Amino acid sequence: MDILYVLIPLSALLVLAILAVFGWAVYHGQFEDLEGEAERILEADGVFVDGDQAVRQAPDEESRSPPFRT
Amino acid sequence: MTSNSSPGAAVYYDTPVRLFSLVAVVYGIVGMLVGVIIAAQLTWPELNLGIPWLSYGRLRPLHTNAVIFAFGGCVLFATAYHVVQRTCQTRLFAPGLAMFTFLGWNLIIVLAVVTLPLGITSGKEYAELEWPIDILIAVVWVAFAVVFFGTIGTRKVRHIYVANWFFGAFIIAVALLHIVNSAAMPVSLTKSYSAYAGVQDAMIQWWYGHNAVGFFLTAGFLGMMYYYIPKQAGRPVYSYRLSIVHFWALIFTYMWAGPHHLHYTALPDWAQSIGMLFSLVLLAPSWGGMINGIMTLSGAWHKLRDDPILKFLIVSLSFYGMSTFEGPMMSIKTVNALSHYTDWTVGHVHSGALGWVGLISMGCLYYLIPRMFGRKEMYSTKAIELHFWIATIGIVLYIAAMWIAGVMQGLMWRAINPDGTLVYTFVESVKATFPFYVIRLLGGLLYLAGMLIMGWNTFMTVKNGKAEEAPIPLVAAHA
Repeated sequence: MDILYVLIPLSALLVLAILAVFGWAVYHGQFEDLEGEAERILEADGVFVDGDQAVRQAPDEESRSPPFRT
Repeated sequence: MTSNSSPGAAVYYDTPVRLFSLVAVVYGIVGMLVGVIIAAQLTWPELNLGIPWLSYGRLRPLHTNAVIFAFGGCVLFATAYHVVQRTCQTRLFAPGLAMFTFLGWNLIIVLAVVTLPLGITSGKEYAELEWPIDILIAVVWVAFAVVFFGTIGTRKVRHIYVANWFFGAFIIAVALLHIVNSAAMPVSLTKSYSAYAGVQDAMIQWWYGHNAVGFFLTAGFLGMMYYYIPKQAGRPVYSYRLSIVHFWALIFTYMWAGPHHLHYTALPDWAQSIGMLFSLVLLAPSWGGMINGIMTLSGAWHKLRDDPILKFLIVSLSFYGMSTFEGPMMSIKTVNALSHYTDWTVGHVHSGALGWVGLISMGCLYYLIPRMFGRKEMYSTKAIELHFWIATIGIVLYIAAMWIAGVMQGLMWRAINPDGTLVYTFVESVKATFPFYVIRLLGGLLYLAGMLIMGWNTFMTVKNGKAEEAPIPLVAAHA
């Protein structure tokens, strides 16, 4: 079963890599505001951005100017 | 001037999302049709009409490749490109490369449709395609990774939403699995020999095979679950904390479960036992994720009554829970001694494939397609409801028939007379299975019929809609 000498070290290396990524996530504030992040995806359509990053309110469906035709 | 009408404005790049989601519907119909054909051939073998290209052995890999990699794969591409842009609030990285993944992936599918019926195969389950196509898959997959992780790298939101972690793990794991398992020595353009031999090859094959289930058919679709269920329900996921535990627990434990496919073979006993142990451990993160998804509707269960898309999404999670309970049970060696090589395995796979992967894909496509074509909902909500019920009844018929057939086969094969001879010949178990094959075919036909309804509904939605560029919302400093 020589193949296990490849698969087991490979899996162990993988676990170390996963640990490293997990460490990065913990120490770079990925888990600081979990409730806020869960809510954010629901709100993402609320405010729109211009090319110059000026804030303005989202136009609602009806008042949008003619969209691109693709 | 509004952002969506100015040429230089920031808009999402949704062309590959649209294309992938439309071809996914087409491939779903084709793949399930081939499934129905081979189910009929198992019932009435004469249906191969004596034509080699239509024989079961060649159409079966065509069916698995079409439903897993063509249908499932295209849904994963579409949703990954959609979710990563929306949650990172940035445009897709390297749009040209994203279009390359679309063309490349479809070329691979066309090549599979040509080579598999011709009998050109490497003979590895779920990795049948020959080496030139394998190289193409690796190239397209690397491009997919560049687009996805490039988008993550250029995100405007500091936090990486949990769905992206699942998609990211799926992309990296599939690249690793594919490259290691497909290593081969070519002897001609259409024939190669695996780099591994005998039981070594079997171990690599099921390390690949099981993790393909774990990362291609589970992690990627869990990413979809964590984005589309909250969006469709209009509520945040039940516990975001649990979703993070779910992710890390799942990817830490999945890689080791493969040997449960090789119980009672030449694989060393200790390797088999480790496979069984990790398979049992997997029950915990799997059920954590399932409960998290379903409980997202906690306090709003009434939405399930009126919204057929939520029915698809939530019932898919119940099938996920069922098959991730059944899987660890079947990995127990004593249970496996009864279930292995019987149709119980086929039933288990399809409760995961039709119930979990299929239903969640359909639910997500029903969310995605109208929004990609400037509409609020699909052309017909009644047709979604009809599709849901037809598909669910089809799944129940399918898996119940296979459970009964499988346990019956296992019991017949192991029945021994007092003098030590077998009670039944193999062909007697085949004969006894016949009625269950008919029921399975009926279940498959219903599931295909549901997919045809989806095809019509999608066609009408796109015909009455138009592709619109969606502006990218600004990231608030403290959301």
